[in-house]
Amino acid sequence: MAVIFKQKSILPGFGLALGFTMFYLSLIVLIPLSATFWKTSTLTWHQFWHVVASPRAMASYRLSFGASLIGAFINLFFGVLVAWVLVRYSFPLKRLFDSLIDLPFALPTAVAGIALTTVYAPNGWLGRPLESIGVHAAYTRLGVTIALTFIGLPFVVRTVQPVLGDLDKELEEAAASLGAGRWQTFTRVLLPAILPAAITGFTMAFARAVGEYGSVIFIAGNMPMRTEITPLLIITRLQEYDYAGATAIAVAMLVVSFVLLLAINLLQRWSSGRRGRESSQESAFLGATLKPVLGRGEGQ
Amino acid sequence: MAGSISSTIRSVPASGFVASKATSEPAIVRWLLIATAVLFLGVFLFLPLAVVFFTAFHKGVAGYLRAFQDPDTLAAIRLTLLAAGIAVPLNMVFGVAAAWAIGKFEFVGKSLLITLIDLPFSVSPVVSGLIYVLLFGLQGLLGPWLIAHGIRIIFAVPGIVLATIFVTFPFVARELLPMIQAQGNDEEEAALTLGASGWQTFFKVTLPNIKWALLYGVILCNARAMGEFGAVSVVSGHIRGLTDTMPLHIEILYNDYQFVSAFSVASLLALLALLTLVVKSVGEWQSRRQLADQAAGEAKESQ
Repeated sequence: MAVIFKQKSILPGFGLALGFTMFYLSLIVLIPLSATFWKTSTLTWHQFWHVVASPRAMASYRLSFGASLIGAFINLFFGVLVAWVLVRYSFPLKRLFDSLIDLPFALPTAVAGIALTTVYAPNGWLGRPLESIGVHAAYTRLGVTIALTFIGLPFVVRTVQPVLGDLDKELEEAAASLGAGRWQTFTRVLLPAILPAAITGFTMAFARAVGEYGSVIFIAGNMPMRTEITPLLIITRLQEYDYAGATAIAVAMLVVSFVLLLAINLLQRWSSGRRGRESSQESAFLGATLKPVLGRGEGQ
Repeated sequence: MAGSISSTIRSVPASGFVASKATSEPAIVRWLLIATAVLFLGVFLFLPLAVVFFTAFHKGVAGYLRAFQDPDTLAAIRLTLLAAGIAVPLNMVFGVAAAWAIGKFEFVGKSLLITLIDLPFSVSPVVSGLIYVLLFGLQGLLGPWLIAHGIRIIFAVPGIVLATIFVTFPFVARELLPMIQAQGNDEEEAALTLGASGWQTFFKVTLPNIKWALLYGVILCNARAMGEFGAVSVVSGHIRGLTDTMPLHIEILYNDYQFVSAFSVASLLALLALLTLVVKSVGEWQSRRQLADQAAGEAKESQ
């Protein structure tokens, strides 16, 4: 035990609450996760590498990571734009649009999957016009990218929105009085302020998209080497009763997830540190109270 | 002091940004940006949502209702309700306990604990299902022992419940934590000083303060529990009428080209998602008001 494990408090229930938390966490998360690593340890390094670096697995990483990255970039651009519009302007049905941002977070992935496929299928609402200009959306890599963009949509909007709302207008007034144009003020004053939050949201969207399964498999076409995402490859290996193969790829994905989770935590610290420094004394009070509610970090 | 606090509260983003000429854009730029945002959200959010209800009612209300006469569909709905009915209360109790321990006390290793609670959210749903197969499956760590004792977890209901608990693990804790931290310990300490017991303090002081965050956390957890697809797909074994949940049944119907039925079942889950968003909007509005009231009260005190 550390010298001072816990600071003194007159509130009761610490032992019970932390004890139950640790018990439940171990039972549901930690023990099953370590079983996965135990299973991998039955493979030799050579066998592990053979599975993880097979051409079919490599093709699936390229698709999963590539499409997730493109999706996250689309969300970075439109996320900042949507957050800007929602914070700065008023227009009809704004509240409705604001609430709807979280839809990809609440809508079951299978429902999103069949809905997107129906919209982008060759005879779908958007699929038909796209087909007429020679763009095949459903059952191609473009379809995978569309689904992964959908799934990551809330993250950048929801991380940037509170930061943009808290920015002092004085900063922009100062920039304007010093002769900066609106575009200059945006790129030199506003963008640097929202950048940490935007990058945090970008990383969250990317992390979510890499592991996504349900919304992708309907629209992907699922052709090995071409439109097969990594989570689907794990399922395929399982259905072939190749447990070792499935586990090896899963461990590779787990390691990536851990790294991304660590990156998100560090980014969030950077982001909140900058916000703390930039906000004036009076809004430091709000920083402690209102921000957590306004800027709910969507589960992350 | 009091004046400065109430003035910052009025300039909270929700109350709108008052633009002057020097710090605003020309009208044409403004409308162009709004149009782009609305178009983007329309294509990515409205269209998929609209197509669910459009296809579900494609053959009229009778066609919609016919989907729910299939015994396999009803069995899937029952199993989904059962899995969520077990997973959500368990995760709620965990969420409250974790938020109490982390939000009210300072101890070593707190941020590590928060990261571990976040873990299930960043793990691919397929991997979430796989870890239980590796633990309880035929070739798994405990598989042989379970077979010897006639206990089935994988390809049976317990596996589905476990996978559901795992994927919805962080939601209640994550929604409660910022709220419980924002409230601070003052009110609880006052209650204890006045002679309230620990449980009394929790039920009469803490719970009313966090009720909206708790409600949203539970509703979100429930929506995710009922809609989980990837993890449940791995552990379910897809036995129609026995181990098919609603999302898995949607997949079967869709792959059978029974589009109206697939979207009819999907429309129930979409309605649940919309309900979740409504509760979130109302809850956020309520907690914002509550915190503003609290801040105003504190400002008055310090006067």
